[in-house]
Amino acid sequence: MLGKLTWQAIPFDQPIPLYSAAAVGLMVMAVLVWVVVKGYVPYLWREWITSVDHKRIGVMYCVLALLMLLRGFIDALMMRSQQAVAFHAAGYLAPEHYNQIFSAHGTIMIFFVAMPFMIGLINYVMPLQLGVRDVAFPTLNSVGFWLTAAGALLVNISLVVGEFSRAGWLPYPPLSELQYSPGVGIDYYLWALQISGVGTLISGINLVTTILKTRAPGMRYGRMPIFCWTALAANLLIVAAFPILTATLAMLLLDRYLDFHFFTNEAGGNPMMFVNLIWAWGHPEVYILILPAFGAFSEVVSTFSGKPLFGYRSMVVATMTICVLSFMVWLHHFFTMGAGADVNGFFGIMSMVIAVPTGVKVFNWLFTMYRGRVRFSAAMHWAVGFMVTFVIGGMTGVLVAVPPADFVLHNSLFLVAHFHNMVIGGVLFGAFAAYEYWFPKAFGFKLDERLGKAAFWCWFVGFYVAFIPLYAVGLLGMTRRLQHYDQPQWHPWLLVAEAGALIIFCGIALQAVQLFVSIRSRRRRVEVTGDAWDGRTLEWATSSPPPLFNFAVLPNVKGTEPYWGMKRKAIEAMQLSPEPTYEPIEVPRNTPTGFVTAFFAFFLGFALIWHIWWLAGLALIGAYATFVVFAWRDVAENVISADEVAHIDRSNRAARALALSEIHA
Amino acid sequence: MSTSEIALIRPSSSVLDLGSAPPREATGHGEGGPAPKSIVVGYGFWIFLLSDIVMFSAFFATYAVLNGATAGGPSAAQLFDLHNVQIETACLLLSSFTCGIASLAVAQHYHRLTQLALLATGLLGLAFLALEVHEFAGLVAQGAGPSRSAFLSSFFALVGCHGVHVTAGLLWLGTMMAQFYAKGFRPDIRRRYLCFSLFWHTLDIIWVAIFTIVYLIGVHT
Repeated sequence: MLGKLTWQAIPFDQPIPLYSAAAVGLMVMAVLVWVVVKGYVPYLWREWITSVDHKRIGVMYCVLALLMLLRGFIDALMMRSQQAVAFHAAGYLAPEHYNQIFSAHGTIMIFFVAMPFMIGLINYVMPLQLGVRDVAFPTLNSVGFWLTAAGALLVNISLVVGEFSRAGWLPYPPLSELQYSPGVGIDYYLWALQISGVGTLISGINLVTTILKTRAPGMRYGRMPIFCWTALAANLLIVAAFPILTATLAMLLLDRYLDFHFFTNEAGGNPMMFVNLIWAWGHPEVYILILPAFGAFSEVVSTFSGKPLFGYRSMVVATMTICVLSFMVWLHHFFTMGAGADVNGFFGIMSMVIAVPTGVKVFNWLFTMYRGRVRFSAAMHWAVGFMVTFVIGGMTGVLVAVPPADFVLHNSLFLVAHFHNMVIGGVLFGAFAAYEYWFPKAFGFKLDERLGKAAFWCWFVGFYVAFIPLYAVGLLGMTRRLQHYDQPQWHPWLLVAEAGALIIFCGIALQAVQLFVSIRSRRRRVEVTGDAWDGRTLEWATSSPPPLFNFAVLPNVKGTEPYWGMKRKAIEAMQLSPEPTYEPIEVPRNTPTGFVTAFFAFFLGFALIWHIWWLAGLALIGAYATFVVFAWRDVAENVISADEVAHIDRSNRAARALALSEIHA
Repeated sequence: MSTSEIALIRPSSSVLDLGSAPPREATGHGEGGPAPKSIVVGYGFWIFLLSDIVMFSAFFATYAVLNGATAGGPSAAQLFDLHNVQIETACLLLSSFTCGIASLAVAQHYHRLTQLALLATGLLGLAFLALEVHEFAGLVAQGAGPSRSAFLSSFFALVGCHGVHVTAGLLWLGTMMAQFYAKGFRPDIRRRYLCFSLFWHTLDIIWVAIFTIVYLIGVHT
């Protein structure tokens, strides 16, 4: 009846996962009870869960990412402290538990922190920057988000029901084959990623279509904000790379479930083919994460330097060059495969070539700041901290791109330090810069700047203290994923790294305090005009938070910085542009389709993991029925009357007129 | 562009007329503002199809790599029966033809012809699937199932993935027929039908690649 699922799946003998899961479970229950008692359920259902508004979905993506960041960071702290104490000792984490922790850490940080954060930002900001009212397919957008959330839930359920993968964040066969990993851990990984991967692919298709087909009048390609360009490049990569991930994971699933022989040791299977396929997705994935972060930095640097971005065209060319080149470097993840000097040489050179457009970008940001009137806001702190950190990471990257050097450094902590240098110093700093920068747009008030800067310094210093020792210890020969060791020269470095992790923890705590304090004092921080930072792109042309329809009248774009132009004109003329004629606006109706689909997808995944075939069948039928019900709808849109549009827009115009008169007074 | 010019480009009964056109035709290339739904929906679906083709290409690449990994078991030349595959191919290509007839019928709002053409498409698709299942069952019965060798694993996965797509397509087809019956030729239903027909034709293209790379080349090596 319940397949492989028995009471033995609950880890009663392992106190750490059991107690931590119990604590988290209690907290989740407490929040749910509070929500129900306060009567927030109808509000949440109506305004958030069933929402197809790209802004709401964007916010939910970011919330999911922040929650998962906590989970992933706790894993990181546990690993660092294990390595700090496991010198000539067993440490406090058993090997099979430790292996689950590093696998979960990587999986969660890439798939459920970095990805949802970037997709969330793109979702929120990009339609506003393009001057349109929504993404191309609002309901699919909701489906994509909820599938991602269902995948995240599956990964976290594995903490209490069964176990998680012990094979690393990319489950290399033959270790991940049934013969060597007979438990459900790999299956949790595979089904969680298949489900969230479909969600990512859906949102990639949606966002590409949005950028290519729905832009405000006059928004030619050469006028799109850089963040939209980087979003386009990242989503093109999603469309081209995620199907490879789906296919690869499907092959491993076939091996495990139906006794196929793609990657097994026997019957002609080829484990290295998995490694090739997974990195054919995996390397573009790196750029899917970093390109939107580059875009966010570009917007932040330009706004806080009070200048247009230096070398807009070269930035576009660099972005699209990276987009193409990212598919030509995958083999540098496994030079040690032994493909021969010529193949390794080609991929080594391609990996160095990709540093060129990235260097172009760094110079563009520097020259944007040069002779600008730079305001060192919290967002700008993250941007400058990124430039310094990322260049260091880039240089160590060029080092490991040299095949002979890579033979020494492969799978060492030097490599671990390198990619954390890129992902923390690049992607995460970018996400935090964007969070500081666009928060007032999303919620109508600014975050506390002082706490934001304090959090930045903790992260910045903590990063160096945590990861420079890992470079050193990697050069001393320490390989990654060691549960214990007996080399005395490694020990001091790992103690320093532990201290670094604790400093980063202070940074995260300060960010939580910043959010809490800012919400408590939001009335004092309220930002009425909609233009919190003296911005240059169209998202600042509407109120904060923007109305459901974003723009009362679609803006008419006349240059690369349309809002800056409008603003200058208004300031010179000492008045706003004349009031437009308001027309009724059609907005898509909310629908629970996404939520219900993900509900069934979650049970489908869970049933397949535990071999509960009847439940899997029911869930499939449920998901199909959901789509049919959605396809049968007769009314897809609501209309907001011209009067209401006028009413909403006039209040924002009044606030802007007031701000304008203050400039002249 | 004046209204009469638009009328010239977009006659009301044209296959392209898939939704209420906004007063000013916009292609989404930047000057005219957001493109109308009729364009956006088809465009987005094209991008999905491209991603689907990328997924198939991963299976094709795997097949190419594992083609010779027979592990002492039977090879392609020993297993494949072109006769069966030729009938399969004929069924699928014919079903694309009837699907095209259905597109014309939809454009002309012919209820009965639409349903008949779609029914024919579905029956041909079913025949294709039946033949494929028959072939798979025969291979498994003679000990050449997917567990036999990496070559057979990659063969069953590639061809089976196409078969799963056809099955999903048949489910969609049935739903589509019910929608035409219940909702008529509403613009949103016609847009959906455009996506379905694109999907069905794409499966044909992929089948042609399978027929060539797996069967034709397989039998002759």
